[in-house]
Amino acid sequence: MEPILEARHINKSFKKPVLFHVLKDISFKIHKGEFTSIMGKSGCGKSTLLYILSTMDTDYEGELYLNNQLITGAERNELSQIRNKHIGFVFQFHYLLPEFSVLENVMLPAKKLAEKSPEEITHNAIEKLKVLNIEHLAKKRASQISGGEKQRVAIARALINSPSIIMGDEPTGNLDSHNADNVFTIFRELSDLEHLSLLVVTHDEDFAKKTDRIITMEDGRIIT
Amino acid sequence: MTNWGLILSIAKTHLLTKVKQTSVAALGVTFGIGAYITLVCFMTGLNTMLDDLILNQTPHIHIYNEIKPSKQQPVSLYDKLENSINSVHSIKPRLTQKKIHNALPIIDYLSSNRHVKAVLPQIKTQIFYIAGSIELGGNLTGIRPIEEANYFNLKDYIVEGSADALEQTDNSILLGAGIAEKMSLKVGDRVQVSPLEGGFFPLKIVGIYQSGIAEIDAIQSFTNINTIQRILGKANNYITDINVKLYDIELARPMAQDIEDQFNLRAIDIKTANAQFETGTTIRNLITYAVSITLLIVAGFGIYNILNMLIYEKMNDIAILKAIGFSGRDVQFIFMSQAIIIGFVGGVLGLLIGYGLTRLIDTIPFETEALPTIETYPINQNPIFFVIGFTFAMLSTFLAGYLPSKKAQKIDPVKIIRGQ
Ligand SMILES: Nc1ncnc2c1ncn2[C@@H]1O[C@H](COP(=O)(O)OP(=O)(O)O)[C@@H](O)[C@H]1O
Ligand SMILES: [Mg+2]
Repeated sequence: MEPILEARHINKSFKKPVLFHVLKDISFKIHKGEFTSIMGKSGCGKSTLLYILSTMDTDYEGELYLNNQLITGAERNELSQIRNKHIGFVFQFHYLLPEFSVLENVMLPAKKLAEKSPEEITHNAIEKLKVLNIEHLAKKRASQISGGEKQRVAIARALINSPSIIMGDEPTGNLDSHNADNVFTIFRELSDLEHLSLLVVTHDEDFAKKTDRIITMEDGRIIT
Repeated sequence: MTNWGLILSIAKTHLLTKVKQTSVAALGVTFGIGAYITLVCFMTGLNTMLDDLILNQTPHIHIYNEIKPSKQQPVSLYDKLENSINSVHSIKPRLTQKKIHNALPIIDYLSSNRHVKAVLPQIKTQIFYIAGSIELGGNLTGIRPIEEANYFNLKDYIVEGSADALEQTDNSILLGAGIAEKMSLKVGDRVQVSPLEGGFFPLKIVGIYQSGIAEIDAIQSFTNINTIQRILGKANNYITDINVKLYDIELARPMAQDIEDQFNLRAIDIKTANAQFETGTTIRNLITYAVSITLLIVAGFGIYNILNMLIYEKMNDIAILKAIGFSGRDVQFIFMSQAIIIGFVGGVLGLLIGYGLTRLIDTIPFETEALPTIETYPINQNPIFFVIGFTFAMLSTFLAGYLPSKKAQKIDPVKIIRGQ
């Protein structure tokens, strides 16, 4: 099977406040349709790894391939486009633009990509909201909905450009168990039904057990 | 590949959710531009009025026969003394006529020059005004009234009567306002004038002249050129002064020089004659611009501040936008366009306010003895000021927006997201 995302010998050090080797020789592949979770103690470097994989952090050694293409060393503008088209990101805290409506938030990456007509984009965005059962919130301001709802809006936004992979940094970490289950079910369905690749950092053992594969990290290394 | 529609819609949303701050920033620009327009229109209006007061009446080139000692004394013409030192004390000028020799041919010659708008002869003489037992010294100038009115704005300074009346009435006089007051004379009365050579000539007062400069109004009167030739008992080629008006004032200096060389007469150009007025104008302009630019810079700092604050508040938004694929440039454009929108709206409002205010000032009565033709405060609504004002508004907001937006461009989304 084709790997969607491949990391080869990723190393990263923080130079301040003291020299700190945070990621040590990280190599792994994510295949298409795979639902992978990353586990590990707090501070072991999970978030740091995810920021590198999502192309937001470019200060590392090693190589990163997306759809078999080397993206390490690409221009910032090019990386922005790659993020826009191929990578969906869901954060622990629901990062929405508070002054925009739910629908506008979901449409934003598609408008930036500008591959589709505005009508198509609106239509797609409403479709995504329907999939996530929140279409009734479309016209509401992003600042006026609950945490669980916000996280679902963030997932809808991550899905809008049909990315190659969705990454999540503890996406359920801030939700009660009911909402956390809800988000997990959504991920599971996206993986099973739409063959979406997912890479999700989590602390939740039960959550991780239900994924296809668990990567465990300790002190900046992958141990399994 | 910049999606301006999207960038502007984000900028618009940011501005609309911060209406209070953005209106304060825009009002800063409005105030700066409005004050600039008002100041500059008023100050230049005032400048023009003050300049006109003097310059309008001043010919571009004034030609006359100056009494001065000759530069070459006979002794220096004598070859045999060429290499010796000679010194002549107490040189006095020779008695010459005030009359310009060959005045009429010179006038014809100058009139045929294509840069010349008008050439007007004058006869200046000193006389006494006599009414009853009062006798006052003064100047009487013989002119061609209609042409003086057309080319040298004489009509602006005739407060009663008209130039036509002076032209058409034999033995008439346009009396200085100061003289009329002192001698209790009014239009229709008669005044006797007596030239230094003697004799009395009764003249009919057909108008009152008021230049606005009291010293002039107390001595100066005008009459027809033929009348004065008759009073002085001179032929009709007796001319003491020639005034030239050009199409282009810049040509005055070289042309005056040519005339001096060619005709051996004194020819003074307007710039030499009024050098001090230019200095005054320059300084007033300088003050106007210094004040206006200060106001606009203050407005620029207002925008800089508010945009900085806005970017600080929008750190999360910036991180999200970058995380979902907006480039640093996109983010920079979002904030730049906010600055430009603020500058545009504030600038246009400022222009409108400036226009309204100057319109208003233009209607405020401003009456003063010294300025007979001025009824309201002078305003110079030159469109170029509006262009300058608007350009400056856009320029200063662009600069004020550039630095903060550059900062937004450089924000590292990872730092912000980690910070949560
Ligand atoms: N900007 C930074 N400068 C220095 N050290 C950092 C910085 N960011 C994170 N770290 C350190 O790197 C380690 C890994 O952090 P992180 O990737 O956030 O861990 P995790 O997400 O696994 O909890 C932690 O020890 C953290 O203190
Ligand atoms: Mg973390």
